[in-house]
Parts: sequence; C-alpha cells; structure tokens
Amino acid sequence: MQDLAWAISLWLMALLAITFIYVVMKSGDKADASAVQSGAGKIRATLFWLILIAGVPVTMVTLTDLPYAAQSDATAQIVTAEGSQFNWDISPTTIVAGKPVEFHVTAADATHGFAIFDDTMTLLTQTQAMPEYTNILKYTFSKAGTYKVLCLEYCGSGHHVMSAEITVVAAGGM
Amino acid sequence: MEQIISKGAKQSVLAYLGTACVVLLLLMIFGLTMRAAQAGGLAIPAEIFYQLMTAHGIGMVGIAGMCGAAIMWYFLGQYVKLSTPIFLLNIGLFLIGVVLILGAIFIGGFASAWTFLYPLPAMSGGAWTSGSAVIYLSGVLLIGVGFLLFHLDTGWAILKQYGSLGKALGWPQLFGNSTADAPPPTVVASTMVLIVNVLGLVSGASILVISIVNILVPEFGIDPLLGKNMIFFFGHVFINATIYMSVIAVYEILPRYTGRPWKSSKPFLLAWTCSTLFVVIVYPHHLLMDINMPTWMAVMGQVISYLSGIPVLVVTAFGALAYVHRSGLSWGMPASLLFLAVFGWAAGVIPAIVDGTISVNLVLHNTQWVPGHFHTYLLLGVVPMAMGFMYYISNNEGSGLDRAGLWAFIVGGYGFIFTFLWAGKEGVPRRFAEHLPEWMAVDAMGAAFAALTILGVVIFAISFLSRIGKIAKA
Ligand code: HEM
Ligand SMILES: [Cu+2]
Ligand SMILES: [Cu+2]
Repeated sequence: MQDLAWAISLWLMALLAITFIYVVMKSGDKADASAVQSGAGKIRATLFWLILIAGVPVTMVTLTDLPYAAQSDATAQIVTAEGSQFNWDISPTTIVAGKPVEFHVTAADATHGFAIFDDTMTLLTQTQAMPEYTNILKYTFSKAGTYKVLCLEYCGSGHHVMSAEITVVAAGGM
Repeated sequence: MEQIISKGAKQSVLAYLGTACVVLLLLMIFGLTMRAAQAGGLAIPAEIFYQLMTAHGIGMVGIAGMCGAAIMWYFLGQYVKLSTPIFLLNIGLFLIGVVLILGAIFIGGFASAWTFLYPLPAMSGGAWTSGSAVIYLSGVLLIGVGFLLFHLDTGWAILKQYGSLGKALGWPQLFGNSTADAPPPTVVASTMVLIVNVLGLVSGASILVISIVNILVPEFGIDPLLGKNMIFFFGHVFINATIYMSVIAVYEILPRYTGRPWKSSKPFLLAWTCSTLFVVIVYPHHLLMDINMPTWMAVMGQVISYLSGIPVLVVTAFGALAYVHRSGLSWGMPASLLFLAVFGWAAGVIPAIVDGTISVNLVLHNTQWVPGHFHTYLLLGVVPMAMGFMYYISNNEGSGLDRAGLWAFIVGGYGFIFTFLWAGKEGVPRRFAEHLPEWMAVDAMGAAFAALTILGVVIFAISFLSRIGKIAKA
C-alpha cells in the first residue's frame, strides 16, 4: 500500500511538474491572450471531466473495505492494549497467526497512537488510543514472528520510547 | 509601485514582512536542528527536541498567518476601507503572544506540540509545570484574538462595500443572472477566508479556554474526542486559510507581468464558493484513525479531500498556467517565486489527497509522510508567495545572487520534502526525537537539503531587509 501511495504521488507530481516546465519554456513566445484563453477553456473543461470520471471509481473502490469494525467478532482473539505515559500494557502478548485478532485499544492519560510494525518495520495498521474510549482494531496476522508496537500520537517527552512487542505463533503451534 | 496606499499602511505591511523574515529564518534553523538530531548528527536531549518542535510548529503556523494577513490586507485595501490601527493591534498581540509562547516553551519546558491535543497540556508526565501550560495556551489565545479582530475588520469593510457576504463571493453573478462585474479575486478570496477563519478561530478559542480551565480546575473536563474535533477543526482551517490569503499575491501580482488581468470568471467564483464549504467540512480527514468517530464523517473526510483538489488544480493552478502560457513575461524574482508557489501548492495537494484515502491513511497517518505533504504547500507554497510579495513590494526583480538563491531554494526544498515522503512510506513515525539507525541516512539527506533551502531564504531575506528602509520612506 505504501509503495502504491508513493508511486501514484510521484507520477502525478512529475506530470504536474512537466506541465509547469512546459509552460515556462513556452512563456517567451508571445501569443494573443484571447486565443490562449479560449484554448485553455477547452482544456480546462476536459481536465475537469477527466478528474471526475477517474475520481468516481477510485472513490468507490477505496471506500469498499473500511478498517472500521462495527461489532465484535465472537471467533476473534481479543487483545487489550492500554497506552500510558510512556508504556504499553498489552495482554495477551502472544497470539495465533491466520485467525482474526481484535485489539481493544484505550489510554490511561493523554491520547496515544497504537501502531503495529512487522520485523522489517513496515507499518501494518493503527488506531488512536484515547482516554475514555475503547477503539476496536481488527487485524489478521498472516505470518508468525515478532511484531513491534510503537506510539503514533505525540504524548510527551517519552513518546518515542513507547514500544512493545507482540509474538505471533503459527496456528497449532500453541 | 503604482499602488495607492498611504505611507502608514505600507509601513505596517513592512512591519509584518520584516518580522516574518526574521522569525521564519530562526524557526527554519530550529527545523534544521530537529532534522540533524533525527539523523544522529546532533545530540540533543529529547525534551529539547520536543520544545523545538513545539516552537517550530506553532511559530510557523503563526508566521504563515502573518504573511497571509499582510498580503491580503495590502491588496484588499485597494477595494475596501480597512483599519490600520486594527492591523497593527494584530501584530502587537502576535508579538506579545510570541513572547509568552517562547517563555512557556524554553523557560517553562512546555512541549505539547503546537496542536496542544487535549488533555496533554495538563498531563506533562513531569516535563512541564501547569503554569507554563497556561502561559502557552494564553499566548496562542492572544494571537487568535488578534486574528479574529483582523478578520472582523475585513468583514465589516467588505459588508459596507458589497452589502452581503453572498454578493462579495459573487453569488449574483454565479447563481443569478447579474451581468454586473463580479467582485475582484482579492475580495472573493478575502470573503472566503473571513468566513472559514472566524469559524475556526471561535472553535480554537473555545478549546483553548476549556484547556486552560481544565489545567486550573482538573475536575472540569470535556470529552477528549470532542476536544480533538475542536482542535483539528481550528488547526485545519487556520493553516488552510494562510494559503488562501497568500494566493492573493498570485492573483494580483502575476497579471502585472503577463499583462492578462485575473478576472473573477464563473469557474473562479464557483471554485471559491466550493472551497469555502470544503475547508469547513473536510477536517475529519485528520481523524480517520479515530475508529470511534461516526463512519459517515470519515467517508466525508475522504470524499471532500478528493473534491478539494479540484478547485486548487483546475482553477488556481490551471489559471496560473493559462495566464503565463505564451504571455511573453520575463522571469524576474516576483514572477518566478509566485509561479513556483502555485506549483508547490498544487504539488502538495497530491500526497495530501493520497493520504486522505482511509485505507492509505491506515499506514501513513502520523508518519513523516504528513510533514512531507504539508511542507510542500507551506515551505514551497506559502513561503515563496510571501517572498514573491516581498520582492514585488521592494520593486526588486533580483540580481544573479537572488537567482542563485532561488535555485538553492528549489533544489533544497524539493529534496527536503521528498526525504520526508520517502521516510513516511518507509513507516518512519513523525514527531520522534530519536530515530532507528536504518532511518538515519535519509534523515541526513533531509538535513543537507534543509541547509540548502535555508541558504536560499537567507539570500531572499537579506535582499528584502536591506531595502526595507528605503521602501518605508518612499
Ligand atoms: C528549511 C525549512 C524547514 C525545516 C528544516 C523544517 C523541519 C521540520 C522538522 C524536522 C519537523 C518535524 C518532523 C517530524 O515530525 O519528524 C517539522 C515540523 C513542522 N514544520 Fe517544518 N521545517 C521547515 C519549514 C517549515 C515551514 C516554512 C513551515 C510553515 C510555514 C513549517 C511548519 C511545520 C509544522 C506545522 C510542523 C509540525 C510540528 C509538529 O509536528 O508538531 N516548517 N519541520
Ligand atoms: Cu506517544
Ligand atoms: Cu486538514
């Protein structure tokens, strides 16, 4: 997902840059303003419809699978996680791969951010850890291994040291 | 300078711009310090890092506001009658606020980040006293009050001249069949900013007062999710308003070089009316990882984020391209910086929209992707708009040195923001005083590019400050 976001951003920014550079290069040879403007009007209209036609399916596809769990799943493994200045209280810390996990995330003092990273430090998923609220974050680990939890909401001078580990074991291995 | 503007008014604008130059450079050095610390090249205690981060954040947001206000006030004054004393009161309150904020941070140790996310100011974990938190919040409140008065004055003047906000936004021309000339772009933009910023500032002032009371009387508290909504609504609106004010420089100055006046066409009016609505209702895109928010608000955050891009890209960026295309303009410093700024704004919108997608936000939220995209439209959008205005107001097309500074700024600036975007993609969290060793190579590149950027800004600032005395007398 991250690589896709990077690639799309880079390509679109490059396209935009090429357009701007093209216009700078053409800015010197003077043409009649009204001729340029009427041509531009047509391009603008095309651009508008292109963006709209591309945007509607993208919006629909990206909104189909939202990470917001409405109700609790009876078969899921439940893990509670509470953030406080400056550590995580997680239990249990060992879970099984391939079976859905529900993290019930909250905080004891200020707001924290509960984020899970794999062993290559790729960010997998996250939610906010807030006082007075319990956020349910669903995730299914496909691989056994050691995962890291970091805080992703600034919470004071020890924000960057708030880390914890979760162990995921292969199904049947527990 | 063909502007009809009184000497006092002009000197007030120069006071804003002079302040902006100095503060901007100081805060950029804070930023470089942070980036160098993340790269492991500079050992500073975490407390100091977070103090610098808080000062850099709130200071930059405030200074972007001051630059926007100076640009808007200077040009809006051509069309409506504005009050110089209120304009000066705003900078007065700003400077008092800055002293309070700097004292709270560097003497009191306050470091809640500029967003003072409720209830963090009251829960320092031992790093700061409640007294310094109250002083910080009061300083921000004072600056907010200054801006509120500033906007009320522009609102009063616009209403006197145009009769209603709808008329000032060109609704009779847009929705009715009025054939009269629509209000000029500057008036339309100022009206939009007036509407959104008054709403934002009222929300901001309310949560500031609530936070202050919460510190003094801990039994008094509010729902933290409500507090978060109020803060992000305020923060989102205010920082966006800085761009919508600054872009007036593009609308007013670029036509003087292209010889093609920037008119309030129907697409232009429609774009600004849509933006007025979008800026107000899009703020839930900051709360996409708050699973406890209503889902419809998150969906709205994504959809409106997408739609917000259209006015920026199809009207302002496209407009700038069409006005410049084959216009025969010569690229002095004002035109170059303003054109660069329009690109920076439009380019920054792209990674912002990508991150506004809920399923992408899940893995990019609060990573360095976020400073990556907002530095694009602040550092490479608002800053060159302000700098372009400074060159313009000092009648300075620039020397060879200025052009060298421009190249340093472009290469440094884009290098700098791409190190953030790259790090974000790699999962590097934002707001971390210490980084893992595997992240540090990119951090070091970021610091090097930042130094180059600052070199460019130093050249711009010297060019402007060395002329400020002469312009003030002219
Ligand atoms: C060369 C110039 C600059 C440098 C080197 C710089 C550097 C930085 C760094 C290192 C951070 C923290 C990143 C992190 O979260 O890990 C940051 C955050 C930030 N910067 Fe800049 N910056 C510069 C210019 C600007 C400008 C011009 C603006 C606005 C007008 C700005 C506004 C901000 C804001 C609002 C934050 C967020 C602070 C927070 O997370 O609380 N910066 N900057
Ligand atoms: Cu934290
Ligand atoms: Cu926002």
